[in-house]
Amino acid sequence: MTKRSIRANRIWSVVLTIVSLAYMYPVFMILMNSLKIETAITTNSAFKLPNSDTFAGVDNFVNAISSKGFLQSFGYSAFITVSSVLLILLCTSMLAWYITRVKNFFTKSIYYLCIFSMVVPFQMVMFTLVSTADSLGLTNPWNICVIYLGFGAGLAVFMFAGFMKSVPLEIEEAAMIDGCNPLQTYFKIIFPMLRPTMISVGILEAMWVWNDFLLPYLVLDRTKYMTIPMLIQYFRGSYGRVEMGPMMASIMLTIFPIVIVYLFSQKYIIKGVTAGAVKG
Amino acid sequence: MEKAIKKYWPIFVLPTLTAFIIGFIVPFAEGLYLSFCKFTTVNKATWVGLGNYVRAFADNTFKYSFWFTAAFAVVATILINILAFAVALLLTRKLKGSHFFRTVFFMPNLIGGIVLGYIWQILLNSLLSLLGRPLLALDAAAGYWGLIILMCWQQIGYMMIIYIAGLQSVPDELLEAATVDGASPWKALWKVRIPMVMPSITICLFLTVTNSFKLFDQNLALTGGEPAHSSEMLALNIYNTFYSRAGAQWKGIGQAKAVIFFLLVVIISLLQLRATRSKEVQQ
Repeated sequence: MTKRSIRANRIWSVVLTIVSLAYMYPVFMILMNSLKIETAITTNSAFKLPNSDTFAGVDNFVNAISSKGFLQSFGYSAFITVSSVLLILLCTSMLAWYITRVKNFFTKSIYYLCIFSMVVPFQMVMFTLVSTADSLGLTNPWNICVIYLGFGAGLAVFMFAGFMKSVPLEIEEAAMIDGCNPLQTYFKIIFPMLRPTMISVGILEAMWVWNDFLLPYLVLDRTKYMTIPMLIQYFRGSYGRVEMGPMMASIMLTIFPIVIVYLFSQKYIIKGVTAGAVKG
Repeated sequence: MEKAIKKYWPIFVLPTLTAFIIGFIVPFAEGLYLSFCKFTTVNKATWVGLGNYVRAFADNTFKYSFWFTAAFAVVATILINILAFAVALLLTRKLKGSHFFRTVFFMPNLIGGIVLGYIWQILLNSLLSLLGRPLLALDAAAGYWGLIILMCWQQIGYMMIIYIAGLQSVPDELLEAATVDGASPWKALWKVRIPMVMPSITICLFLTVTNSFKLFDQNLALTGGEPAHSSEMLALNIYNTFYSRAGAQWKGIGQAKAVIFFLLVVIISLLQLRATRSKEVQQ
């Protein structure tokens, strides 16, 4: 590398450092305000750092956690995400194996319907999905995962099937000749091989379910259950004096887990998220 | 072997298929049917033929939201892709701290649309009041640019990752050969690197266009369509037609709008398929 390009690289590093700091500013601003006392959070003082008069410590966080059903919503969100993702991973990978190994009109139709469902925007099925869910009683956090399995199946089946086409048949045939039935073959041979794809699909579906707003908002019985995005929207939509401090603290509390998971599994997340894009 | 697996279909196929029928096939078919009906609930529907579609096209808020969405999609797509490509170019120069920059730029992608919208609402409203200008909910232009800024903030990191992967797959020899032949860095960029990453560019362009068209959560949280529906995008317009307009006819019209919206997204996706296919042939 020439001297000139080394110097240019240094300048770019400095520029990008400034840009990245600016990039983090919106989140930093919420954090800053979540540490202030209620009267100090106004549109005019939003950009000021908390000082000794306005610093509230972690009061807002304590308030957010102890009131407004925050912990409950957090629990519902976590449960819905975990149950839906596990169900999706197990069921769709089994279906994907079946439709790549058994070739007939029926399995082909399922495959193309799955791809088709990826294109359909949610608004198209919004109203009718809610009434279907209502009539089957799928309106609580314990069984909404069935809806997520149905609506999220497309991408998962597509990604699993794409991987399975590259798995050599001989391994499975050997297992079957040795006396494994298809179920044993699947769980002992195929399932372990799926690990990298499982991680990618799991991350994609988890991000979708955790952040999803409209589906749980319409399907769940709102008077009893709220997920985190619903709670945030509820805060915003409620008229009258909104307590800004606990509100900002709630936003921070929903971002923290995402950021921590991201920092620890960045490699998988970036790989998973882009795998979905490049294939889709 | 195929025969043995076939016997196990109730275990392998039935769970997902049942959920798929409940969660997608039935709602989709019903939705298509109901777009030709007047209804308030799914069971109380009377056939009205194409009436809903005629009224949907006659609805000025729908037309407005279409043009608003289109204007948003064009500007957002151009800005996001240029910026993401520029950042990707810089981050493939082996800069110090590349990893850190990549981590930071990608992060907003993981935050949900509702939370993102609210964060930016607080930030932009504070900024606007500092400048002595009307708040987001009172100024359609501010709402439009607010949505653009938010969308850039969220999507640049994602597209950047795809561009980085594309740029890294360009062989070094090719660039060296161009330099030896006397091409300036600028010329090498236009004549070698950009043609080589065309597949990534196609993917990113279509992703940003479809994401812009389908945008809902961010729109709802940032402006909620205010003032007076003038920052309302297609998805939000359909939602409001269903749930916040009084009158028995609106649900049918909403469903007709949803079908039009669906067809629009399908057309964009088919164009994408064609574009990516033709690029594959060339290489």
